[in-house]
Amino acid sequence: MNNFVILPILLPLLSGILMFFIRRQIRLQEALAVAGLLSTIIASLLMVSTISDNGIQILNMGGWEAPFGISLVADMLAGLLVATASVVTLICVLYAFYSTNQDRKKFYIYPLIMFLLCGVNGSFLTGDIFNLFVFFEVMLISSYALISLGGGKIQLRETIKYVITNIIASSMFVIAIAYLYSITGTLNMAHLSERVALAGQDGLITTVSLLFLIVFGLKAGLLLFFWLPGSYSAPPAAISALFAALLTKVGIYAIMRMFTLIFYHQSELTHTILVWMSALTMILGAVGAIAYTDIRRILAYNVIVSVGFIVFGVAVASEASLNGAVFYLIHDMLAKALVFILGGAIISIAGTDKLRDMPGLIRFRPTLGWLFFLSALALAGVPPLSGFVGKVMILQGGVEQRYYVMAAVGLITSLLVLYSAMKIFINSFWGETLLSEGEEKSSGKGYLLPGSILAALIIGLGIGAEPVMEYVRQAVEVMLNPTLYIEAVLPQTDI
Amino acid sequence: METFITIIAGVLFTIGTYLILSKGLVRIILGLSLFTHGVHMLLMAVNGLKKGGAPLLGEGTDVYTDPLPQALILTSIVISFALTAFSLVLGYRTYVELGTDDLEQLKGDPNE
Amino acid sequence: MKFTDVILQTSTKILVFIILTFSIYVMFAGHHNPGGGFIGGLITASALILLYIAFDVKTVHEIIPVDFKIVGALGVLIALLTGIGSMVLGYPFLSQTFAYKTLPLFGKTELATAVIFDLGVYMAVVGTTMTIILSIGEDE
Repeated sequence: MNNFVILPILLPLLSGILMFFIRRQIRLQEALAVAGLLSTIIASLLMVSTISDNGIQILNMGGWEAPFGISLVADMLAGLLVATASVVTLICVLYAFYSTNQDRKKFYIYPLIMFLLCGVNGSFLTGDIFNLFVFFEVMLISSYALISLGGGKIQLRETIKYVITNIIASSMFVIAIAYLYSITGTLNMAHLSERVALAGQDGLITTVSLLFLIVFGLKAGLLLFFWLPGSYSAPPAAISALFAALLTKVGIYAIMRMFTLIFYHQSELTHTILVWMSALTMILGAVGAIAYTDIRRILAYNVIVSVGFIVFGVAVASEASLNGAVFYLIHDMLAKALVFILGGAIISIAGTDKLRDMPGLIRFRPTLGWLFFLSALALAGVPPLSGFVGKVMILQGGVEQRYYVMAAVGLITSLLVLYSAMKIFINSFWGETLLSEGEEKSSGKGYLLPGSILAALIIGLGIGAEPVMEYVRQAVEVMLNPTLYIEAVLPQTDI
Repeated sequence: METFITIIAGVLFTIGTYLILSKGLVRIILGLSLFTHGVHMLLMAVNGLKKGGAPLLGEGTDVYTDPLPQALILTSIVISFALTAFSLVLGYRTYVELGTDDLEQLKGDPNE
Repeated sequence: MKFTDVILQTSTKILVFIILTFSIYVMFAGHHNPGGGFIGGLITASALILLYIAFDVKTVHEIIPVDFKIVGALGVLIALLTGIGSMVLGYPFLSQTFAYKTLPLFGKTELATAVIFDLGVYMAVVGTTMTIILSIGEDE
């Protein structure tokens, strides 16, 4: 029993609720948001170090023992992702201070961001599959409200599409849970893993696992990403940075968890499908990133490419590739937040998101330009930035397991990602200076602090990869040996 | 009895899918709520209906029905209640701001 | 448009109290019997909505001058605080306990902390439901 585990869920929720009582005092809300997020970060970092010292931390909520009650399970994977998610949220909130208008701020934007983080952290930490659904919904309902704030034709249309797609996906999630419960009679993930292993993963369970794959594929944007480019380019920059950094990653986490902990017995079927889905996702995402000429869409398609790449690492399921996938997941949360924030800054300065109309900004905003250049390199995985380490390990794992074609797809798409990001850089920073001093649509200030924090984190993660890898290896160890997870959650006398 | 409930769930799925594929926003929202109700029926049917007494302390029977599926359904109903309410508000605001609830007219760029 | 309906208004005045009483009964029954905060909250909300239908928004707002968003937030806060309370005392989050106390008037009564949690849920449900209904209904 360790009550510490609940804190990364509780602190954002509590500070979000308190903000309802101070609706008019925006300054106070902002201070509360920063305080809440900082304490969440501290709690999650402490949690990571506790997990590293003492192994997996469990909290059985309400004191109900594991297979019967809901348990929160903080293993290293969950701990790392919770810490990263909290850091990224803090940075996006810092950007939202400057980039969001007063109306949105009055309409509960900060509480909604806090609830979103509560849902995200809860999804990472929960050890119960139905509870995972509930936290998914907490996250999604906050995201529905965030994406629709403000109105306007495009935003309303994209919200409608996003909401409908996600309601259908959530319904299928419940269907999959219903089947799984009727087959195994349990909802606790550790218990599920044990029972599936005991009974053998027959055709029925594999079918259910594919249903889960469809659900999480929809949420993560894995092959079923048709809703993603539209809805990620509709809301204001700070919100879409948050979405790009967190939402799809929760889906990827769910795929990781399900297919390493529960459905790992029929890997020649399920993991082959995963490999193919990831390869197609990478190719289609890269095609989209090249084809479009507005910044928001290009960035949204870049999200899709990286989803494909991470899931490829999960699907290969060797030690090296899983190490790479976890590392790249952490990197990608930071890098996606960075490019979306910088992209938002470019759009707000130029007043347009069409590359054709972009003025040469490098003379006015050299810092912004070079930060964006750095983030483009980070996206593509150029050393010494953090994407490199993860990419190398995933590809190494892929080649070891003889997925030569897929590894080649991964390499080529990362080149195309670099091309698409450079396209933004060249078009918006180089070229003839169309704007003169003072003619910018807005100062675009506010990107500097969050942008430089993120850039520093990405460089730090790239150079200091070795100490971080120590934690990542601990996470992967649990993924490779589900018994570690089961033994931590379930009381030993049972079975 | 389970067969009967399953058939009802199937009918709800059919009507829900039909409505979701239509153009009017209100019909889509109704379709979504029928679809989620189908899910709840299915959840109840696949886990067996009444196998024993109600799982309450005062009932005093030896065989209890598994309460978990019903707890899941209740949670799911709460969530779908919130979602339906949200999408109704969303549909209403769309109608107020854009003057239409026809998804065809919400289309944007020609190349979409 | 002035909306008056004598039958509806007269019966509402009586019905609302019956519904509210029933909702409170359901909420307190939820500890051992069917019922609970969610269903009680919904019944209360239905009583309030009946008021809003029979009379208009402005009149009802004068009688019940509460911001339902605050009610909802307060409810979640109460529910959370019961969980945090058990954390402070060193038990797992959301642990519940109960005790038998002899109260005047009631005699020997079971007092459970789960009821406080249910009260939070009740308020949260009333708050959110009314917020949603009013956000559509308040529009002219």
